[in-house]
Formats: sequence, C-alpha cells, structure tokens
Amino acid sequence: MSAPPSELRRTPLHARHAAAGARLVPFAGWEMPVQYTGGIRAEHEAVRGRAGVFDVSHMGEIETRGPQAADFLQHLLSNDVQRLPEGGAQYSVMCHDDGGIVDDLFTYRLADHFLTVTNAANHGKDLAWFRRGAQAGFDVEVIDRAGDFAMLAVQGPRARGSVEEVADGPLPARFHCCERTVAGAPLLACGTGYTGEDGVELLVAPDRVVGVWDALVAAGVEPVGLGARDTLRLEVNYHLYGNDMDESRNPIEAGLGWACKEDTGFAGSEAVHAAREAGTAEKLAAFVMTGPGIARQGNPILGGGVVTSGTMSPSLGVGIGMAYLPSSATEPGTAFEIDVRGKSRSAEVRPKPLFKKES
Amino acid sequence: MADNPTDLKYHPEHDWARIEAGHATLGITWYAQDSLGEIVFFDPPQVGATIAKDDPYAEVESVKAVSDVIAPLSGEVVEVNDALTSDSEKINADPYGDGWLVKIKLSDLSEADQLMDAAAYEATLEG
Repeated sequence: MSAPPSELRRTPLHARHAAAGARLVPFAGWEMPVQYTGGIRAEHEAVRGRAGVFDVSHMGEIETRGPQAADFLQHLLSNDVQRLPEGGAQYSVMCHDDGGIVDDLFTYRLADHFLTVTNAANHGKDLAWFRRGAQAGFDVEVIDRAGDFAMLAVQGPRARGSVEEVADGPLPARFHCCERTVAGAPLLACGTGYTGEDGVELLVAPDRVVGVWDALVAAGVEPVGLGARDTLRLEVNYHLYGNDMDESRNPIEAGLGWACKEDTGFAGSEAVHAAREAGTAEKLAAFVMTGPGIARQGNPILGGGVVTSGTMSPSLGVGIGMAYLPSSATEPGTAFEIDVRGKSRSAEVRPKPLFKKES
Repeated sequence: MADNPTDLKYHPEHDWARIEAGHATLGITWYAQDSLGEIVFFDPPQVGATIAKDDPYAEVESVKAVSDVIAPLSGEVVEVNDALTSDSEKINADPYGDGWLVKIKLSDLSEADQLMDAAAYEATLEG
C-alpha cells in the first residue's frame, strides 16, 4: 500500500508538522504526522479533555450534482439519502452486489450539490465506482474534488468554543453542515468527527488551510496525530476501513446495519437484506483484554475469528480492540482467548462503545 | 538526544549491557525507546530461561507496534524488572536506569568483545 518516500504526497500543512517536531510516516500514499513531540497518550488526552486539531487532508472528496443527484446517491449509498436535508450530514457504506463493503463515507447535502468524503486509500476506487454508476443512465455530474480541499478535524469538549472564537457565526449542530468563514477563510463546517468527542470538521481550500491551522493553534487547540486518532476512534468503536471491514465483509456482520436502508433498493441491498434476515456466521464485537498483553490486527481467536483492530486504550488503561467472532460468541461478557504471537491472551466481549464519557 | 552512558556495551539492535562480575543487566537504548514511542507493555522472559546473543528474548509494545528485544549477550535470566509490569513507561523515562529489563548470568564472557562502546554505537546512528 505504501509508496516509496519519493512518491508520497504531502498536505499543505507539511511544513507546520515538521516544525512542530511531528514524526511523519507513510499513510495511504501520504506522508502524515503519526504523533507530535508530546506523544500519542498526551495527544489522546488533549482531545478527551480539551481540544485537538488533526490534519486529515489526505481524505478525498467527490461532488455529485445534477437533476438526479439524490436518486443517484440513493442507488449508490446504503443510507436513505432522500431523507438527508439540505445542510445535513449522513454516514453510509457502498456495497458490491454481494454486500461486500467498497468504502464507508460521510455525505453532506448542500444547496445545489452533494459532497462525499472518501477514505484516502479508497478515493480512486470510490471515484471509479461513482463514475461507473453515473453511466447507468442517471442525469448527474460526478466531479473529483480531492485536490480542492484540505481538511481539519477539530475535536474535544472545547473544540467548538475554540473554532467559534475565530468564526463568523455559530457552528453547525452534530450531523449538520454549513458554510462559514473561519480565521478569514471561507470553508464548509461539518458537525462530524471520528473521536467520540464533540467537534467539527472543516473542508477548506488547500491554499487557505495554513491560516486556519495557525489561528486554531493560537487559540490553544493542540495538534494531534493519526496515532491518537486511532486510539480515540477505537475506544468508541468507530470502524476503520481495511481493518474492521473490507470487501469481504458485509455491513450486517460489520455492525453497520443501522446505516443500511434496504427498502431504498441501493446497490447490494438484496445481499444485505438476506444477511440481515439469515444472520451472519461472524459478527464484529468489541473486547477488552482481561490479562496481560495487547492484541493486534490479524491475531487469530482460539475457536475461530480474528482481531481487526487492537491497541492500548489511553482512557481505560487496558488493551482493547475489535474482532470478528462467531455470532454465537458475541454476547457481552463472553470470555475468549487470542493467539498473540504464539501466546494465549485472555479477552472478554464488552458492549459498544468501550469508552463512554461521564455526563 | 540523550547521552549513551560510556560504561555500557552496545548491540547494533539498540540494546545495552552493563557487565559486572560474570553477570549483565540488559536494556534498550534511548534511541530504541524514542523510536518506539510510549511503551505500554513489557513481556519479559521467565527467570531461569536461557537467552542467546542476537536472538529475541522479550517484547516491548508501544501504542502503535510490537518489537522484539534482541539479546546482546547469552546467558540465564536471574532477575526480571517486575516494576515494569505496572509501569512500562519507565523504559521511556529512564532507559539506562529504572527502565532496565533483565539481569542474566553470562554463559560466554568472550561475547562482550563483539559489542560496541558508546562512541561506536553512536556512530551507527548517524546517517
């Protein structure tokens, strides 16, 4: 997956990351900050307790417009796009005919078009999928906008307040979006995120993102790398494409049935409906380690199944993860053993999300 | 970068050994802990286990990854740093002190001649 260093792409914030002492690593063809000088744990705690900003400019964007844009996306995406209001945000997956997941995506509905955010590693595949779909007789225009947007995620209990200090108006509520000017830059502000914290994601022109970043950092928002992004999302059991789902898994076994509305007739809906009716052999479950050790992606489960994501939880202080387990063994409290590099390690199924904020 | 103590011997896989009277205390270098990031788990060998120079004898895990720890010398494990069980970040905080990993009884005293001094080890880190 990772390209040689010479071919890695850099975001407009690359110089800012380097100056801040970031450890830059190849990620989905991009050179991205995995952590800054404070380390993953401190950055994780900044987001849980205060406010952090992530450069997620590697994410891709696809614009869909035209008279049949809503019908087209209804066909392509698993959720009920017709119920997405202007200024709304909606999570969905795209499926193969057999239900296998092509990607998971957030789609924003604007006044005269839709904007869909793709995973960096899947952008080319997604774009081809959109374009092939568009050729099937829909009166739509599909435009690759990945080069037109940088993206920041500002997350944490103080995130909104910090962004509002430098914004020209109130920020959108959760699962909504609106156009705003932040630190002098016109952008699309979205009430979404990948951390389990309140916050916003900002889609902004690449040549304006440095000014927004600087204003947020000056307002006390702490830079956070992709290492903490992974621990934060895993504590609240948000899926990572390529780990917790891929083309060999359908959304029912992945626990994403809530984002599938089969009565819309989306591509793959028959297979998803069948999986929902019949049940699946395995299901994605959340777990904690009940003894020493940390399970990692790919570790086999004794008795069947596999770990898809695993890490040390900074908030909980124990090893956590997600795994495909036989469906009969996914009740919370079920104990199981994981083969962690040849050693049997004890774990237990827990309800999702593994981490829940005290309110 | 922290100074690498001059009274230790170094292995190219970023391990150190403090050799005293037929025994050695082993650990990982400042460079190794810095490359790994925050260490969240240390999986030690058993006391009594035999370890062999250049072979893995333990694992350290950071938030992101697992790494084998390579034995700089051969011998029998006589003590494990139990304090790391509950506080593995000592390896980051003090890799040459409180963050030591194991003590071994050396099985071949001549092996130490194959290790580097601090200056030679530091030269391997440049470029």
